[in-house]
Amino acid sequence: MWRGVFVHADGATMTQQQKKTVFEPWDEPNEQPIIQFKNVTKRFGSFTAIEDLTLDIYRKEFFALLGPSGCGKTTLMRMLAGFETPTEGSILLDNKDIAAVPPNKRAVNMMFQSYALFPHLTVFENIAFGLRRSNMPKADIPGRVEEMLRLTQLMPFAKRKPHQISGGQRQRVALARSLAKAPKLLLLDEPLGALDKKLRNDTQFELMDIQEKTGTTFVIVTHDQEEAMTVASRVAVMDQGRIVQVSTPDRIYESPNSVYVADFIGDINLIKGKAYHVAGEQSEIHWAEGQAPILATSATPCPDGADVTFAIRPEKVAISAERPEDMANAVSGKILDIAYLGNISTYHVELPSGDIVKAQATNTRRVARRRFTWEDEVWLSWTDTAGLILTT
Amino acid sequence: MDLRRKFLIFVPYAWLLVLFLIPFGIVLKISLSDTALAIPPYTPKLDWSDGWSGIISYFSQLDFENYVFLTEDSLYYVAYLSSLKIATISTIATLIVGYPIAYAMAKSPSHLRPTLMMLVILPFWTSFLIRVYAWMGILSQEGLLNQFLLWIGLIATPLTILNTNWAVYIGIVYTYLPFMILPIYAALEKMDGSLMEAAEDLGCSAISAFWLVTVPLSKPGVIAGSFLVFIPALGEFVIPSLLGGSKTIMIGKVLWEEFFSNRDWPVASAVAVILLVLLIIPIMLFQRNERKQREMEQ
Repeated sequence: MWRGVFVHADGATMTQQQKKTVFEPWDEPNEQPIIQFKNVTKRFGSFTAIEDLTLDIYRKEFFALLGPSGCGKTTLMRMLAGFETPTEGSILLDNKDIAAVPPNKRAVNMMFQSYALFPHLTVFENIAFGLRRSNMPKADIPGRVEEMLRLTQLMPFAKRKPHQISGGQRQRVALARSLAKAPKLLLLDEPLGALDKKLRNDTQFELMDIQEKTGTTFVIVTHDQEEAMTVASRVAVMDQGRIVQVSTPDRIYESPNSVYVADFIGDINLIKGKAYHVAGEQSEIHWAEGQAPILATSATPCPDGADVTFAIRPEKVAISAERPEDMANAVSGKILDIAYLGNISTYHVELPSGDIVKAQATNTRRVARRRFTWEDEVWLSWTDTAGLILTT
Repeated sequence: MDLRRKFLIFVPYAWLLVLFLIPFGIVLKISLSDTALAIPPYTPKLDWSDGWSGIISYFSQLDFENYVFLTEDSLYYVAYLSSLKIATISTIATLIVGYPIAYAMAKSPSHLRPTLMMLVILPFWTSFLIRVYAWMGILSQEGLLNQFLLWIGLIATPLTILNTNWAVYIGIVYTYLPFMILPIYAALEKMDGSLMEAAEDLGCSAISAFWLVTVPLSKPGVIAGSFLVFIPALGEFVIPSLLGGSKTIMIGKVLWEEFFSNRDWPVASAVAVILLVLLIIPIMLFQRNERKQREMEQ
């Protein structure tokens, strides 16, 4: 689900032919990152919030810092804004160390989780606040504010105070205010956390749209993996002050590098076992007495007998009444539970070994005519490439 | 509307009627009467035995003579103006002293705040009169303050502070300081800390963030505190009579002298009614400030 940017096709066939090119500056060796964390460590007393972290963020990226609360993602963002300074290591913005630059002198703006709108100022004055502190000529300020109001569709509310508008509108004022000074980098701290689910979904797309229109580099902090997957060009999954994996959302989802990432992002079945090499990229995983080993592929085969975790997403597990012929892996079990989510159902199937494997199927039929129900004996099957062998 | 709610609304109104409106009606009536050598020292008195004609003659004897008298003798308007001046200056002084204290309290670690709050309220645990007498001991010629200043060599001869307006200002600032600190503290304490960070993030220095964000947001607290000091200070009687000198003229003192020295209850009542009318303006402004603040918080 990475996002691409459009570039114009050759002049002659401008009519419909527009080619989608890949936006992957992190794979370009010549591309200069806008933000560089170099071995950054941050300690609060005896507590280490960030540990020896190195990270590059590129221009025009929509970069997501994802992790549970207390993982250090907010500290990382506050260091970018200038409210915290690294204990060790350096942070470079456009190749310049910004450790000594105070927050009010940085070309970085932040959208706060609480929005931090000034309650005594109108929407217009809130947006103009940063511009009035800059060296922008006084006469140009109203024009810039109006531009921001139009961008965030807030024109009718310019004269209102923050307490006179809705939560969604406040969120947009906060965004407009932080974008008004055209920062090199915009930091968003849980920007959609206070909105209800439906509004949050709409706003995610608005955010992406605005990011693309302004071409600003966005760094977003969130604990909501769905949000990170939707908006971000790359996601950094954090755990206890370290970055576990940095990659595009699809790679984070499809090929997590560890059990932690696999478990944190989405729903997944994790089966512990021992791996034995078969041939080529194929390995067998022996996971329970009296059960056929799981056949899986891995680009880097692990040594025979190594402890591994086999990970497979529920939507990649097929469920059927009869044993399928052509699948590499098939196990039988009894349906223990069905989670009905409307469009899809998740079946919790208990295997004879006691393990529970989740399988997901789209509800193409009405619930009343569902093929399987509780206590049914079913077969679960998947191909040898559907799952992953994780060693850490 | 059920009975319970009717009762709940009735209680404060009954309270107001018994403890404010009826006494005020009596004072208003006395202010329209004439002095008399009698007990109580005014006339007319309502005599029910004469029936209807008695009531008519009673009302026909009421007039605005005393109010006219207030405009004729310069003592009264000098006292009103002087009270206004002393109350205004004291309110500003209390604000200057109180704001930094409230600010420091709001910025202190949250586990210290209840203790600091306690310290601000602590003086109320002893009698107000005793505390004012204590100030007499501090401010007199041989008082603690003069002895201290002489001892450190800052002055060569003792300063005359007691029985001047200075002592009155000190007394009012000291007495009413908690009324200024508490509303400002309440306004500062509930301020979202990220507002200051947002201001800094948008290019403010720490000082300009204070002026552009903290000060405007603490304005309701400043206004509330100022009225809570100004309103009682305007009618203050104990502090000017104990700490002030013969040159300190405040309307509260004039009122007291009219009642108890001159035994001129009607004129004293007229002075009181005018004082109340003067106070209605700041009280209304205070109420408006409170209402606006409530709207902001919704």
